[in-house]
Amino acid sequence: MAVRPLDRRGCPRPRSGAADVDHVAGSQCGEERSVSFRILALGDTALTIEFGDGVERHLLAAVAALDEALAKLIDSGGLRGIVETVPTFRSLTVIYDPLRSSRAEIEPAIRAAIEPPGAALSSGGRRWLLPVCYGDQNSACGPDLDELAAACGLTAAEVIRLHASGSYAVYMLGFLPGFAFMGDLPEVLARPRRSEPRLRVPAGSVATAGTLTAIYPWESPGGWHLIGACPVPLFSPAWPQAALLQPGDRVGFRAVDEAEYRSLQVDLAAARASPQPPASLLCEPATER
Amino acid sequence: MSAALEIVSPGAMASIQDLGRPGLRRVGVPRAGALEPGWLRLANALVGNEEAAPAIEFFGGGLLMRALERPVRVALAGHFSATVIAADEQRRVDSWRSVTLAPGETLRCATLAEGRLGYVALAGISVRRQLGSASTYARAGLGGLDGRLLGPGDRLAAAACSGAEKMLKEPPPVDPSPIRVVLGPQDDYFDEASIARLLSEAYQVSAAADRMGIRLDGPRLGHRPEKGVEITSDATVPGSIQVPGQGQPIVLLADGQTAGGYPKVATVISADLPRLAVMAPGQTLRFVAVSVPAAEFAARTREAALQALIAGIGALAEPGALDLQAIYDANLVSGVVDAQADDGTLAASGKTAEGDRTDTMGDE
Repeated sequence: MAVRPLDRRGCPRPRSGAADVDHVAGSQCGEERSVSFRILALGDTALTIEFGDGVERHLLAAVAALDEALAKLIDSGGLRGIVETVPTFRSLTVIYDPLRSSRAEIEPAIRAAIEPPGAALSSGGRRWLLPVCYGDQNSACGPDLDELAAACGLTAAEVIRLHASGSYAVYMLGFLPGFAFMGDLPEVLARPRRSEPRLRVPAGSVATAGTLTAIYPWESPGGWHLIGACPVPLFSPAWPQAALLQPGDRVGFRAVDEAEYRSLQVDLAAARASPQPPASLLCEPATER
Repeated sequence: MSAALEIVSPGAMASIQDLGRPGLRRVGVPRAGALEPGWLRLANALVGNEEAAPAIEFFGGGLLMRALERPVRVALAGHFSATVIAADEQRRVDSWRSVTLAPGETLRCATLAEGRLGYVALAGISVRRQLGSASTYARAGLGGLDGRLLGPGDRLAAAACSGAEKMLKEPPPVDPSPIRVVLGPQDDYFDEASIARLLSEAYQVSAAADRMGIRLDGPRLGHRPEKGVEITSDATVPGSIQVPGQGQPIVLLADGQTAGGYPKVATVISADLPRLAVMAPGQTLRFVAVSVPAAEFAARTREAALQALIAGIGALAEPGALDLQAIYDANLVSGVVDAQADDGTLAASGKTAEGDRTDTMGDE
């Protein structure tokens, strides 16, 4: 992934869109901070506030801060015609209804809401420990495990140990319902996507791409390396937030053998219909969110 | 037994759609919903439903449906005709009108004359909503009937039908003008010659066209070598034109993924996306760039035109035929007719009885 270097100068506060890249500066706890951004059009129904191009903490923090500020603004009636906002690694997309508003109406309010983010991402997320049947147990669970291990110069067992010993942040959801982009993998496991994407990746596949890892919630096309299978349902319309994993959550994995995987698959299937996701997968008591 | 419509054969990929499920893109759920929301609204208006009610979206031909023990009212929207098959006769009905199916009668939708999809609305349709919408998003098992495409034997609950059959005064005009786009958000990933090709040469809808997107055949677009062919994934919208490494553009539609890692050269404006979404494989199109204010103005213009079409819905007038049902209804309702209505005798007809309408569209 390309990382566009950001100009981090502390500029005065230009609030108009004359320049290609805008900066907003401020100070917090005596420390000077600034944030650069561009506002890009997605036709007549959305605009994207782009803070950079990469997976970096300060970009995630800037996105989360603006998302929160806009949610308050929308709730208070200060921003009309907004359909939804979509946070990603490095940008916030604001979708609006051109029959009820216009870019000219919403852009000034969005600009005014951009502030340099605080130092850290909020750490209010839940901690999950998810079972994974890795490809050493059954190659159908992780058909790319050996190939990935070879490409990294490691054994399959080392790849499993590294993957299962990490604690990963959920950075964003997208692509498919409940698909969580998580990171970071150790650099030694980082490999670009497969040159030939698969047309059908099975639901539950645990996968890696670059320094990211994810679980495919549904069967779909996909180009990530499949190293295991997770029996946990990741999305249900019956759950309060529909998606099991939410940005800010942390996720760990534990290797299970095929027998345990099969029995968990049966046990957890009912979780989709229950009003809450399975609490047995939480490392610690759920905090009210 | 209340009124119901049975799917005898769904043809290709028929599904229940409404205006979609906004608000969940942040958890990866696409909006889904009708690929041509204007046609869905017209079909619903023709049977007296709420414009945003669910209806059947179908591709190609071969959709076959039968009224069960009671008559049902359906309406057709799209460039196709249909045949009503009774025990002893067949009659052809054209699109952009409603038609009553007597118990046991079957409606067969013919292959589309133009485009790749059409709609059949059902008066008083009742489909359970999930996450705020009845739209089918089969990949995640959401909406529709049990989260899947329609299949043989599926039954859709309907309201008792009453009032006259209706028609559009004029079918919606076919607009051959170029598809308008707003350049960006990642047009800076493409060289100038590629942008010029996108905006000057003809593209063709390829066979790879579904509810997620349409892959276009035509001049390939080149990424600037210093920018590369991948971006850190960011949000897409229906209408995003993403360009993978081989340079062949893909226009994302209602079921398209909510985030993607390919640069997006431009976005088809909301007023023109339905026109592109209904094009059949092999049809050619051209793109032209417009500004955001022009695109927003086009959205309002399209909405006004659609509302004018809906306002122009009137009683069915078949050449040479005396519409006894309409006359009968006019007598029944003459006491409550709105004197301002364009066609006062029918202003209050065509609606299903209130008793049948309550709670049919309720949330789960």
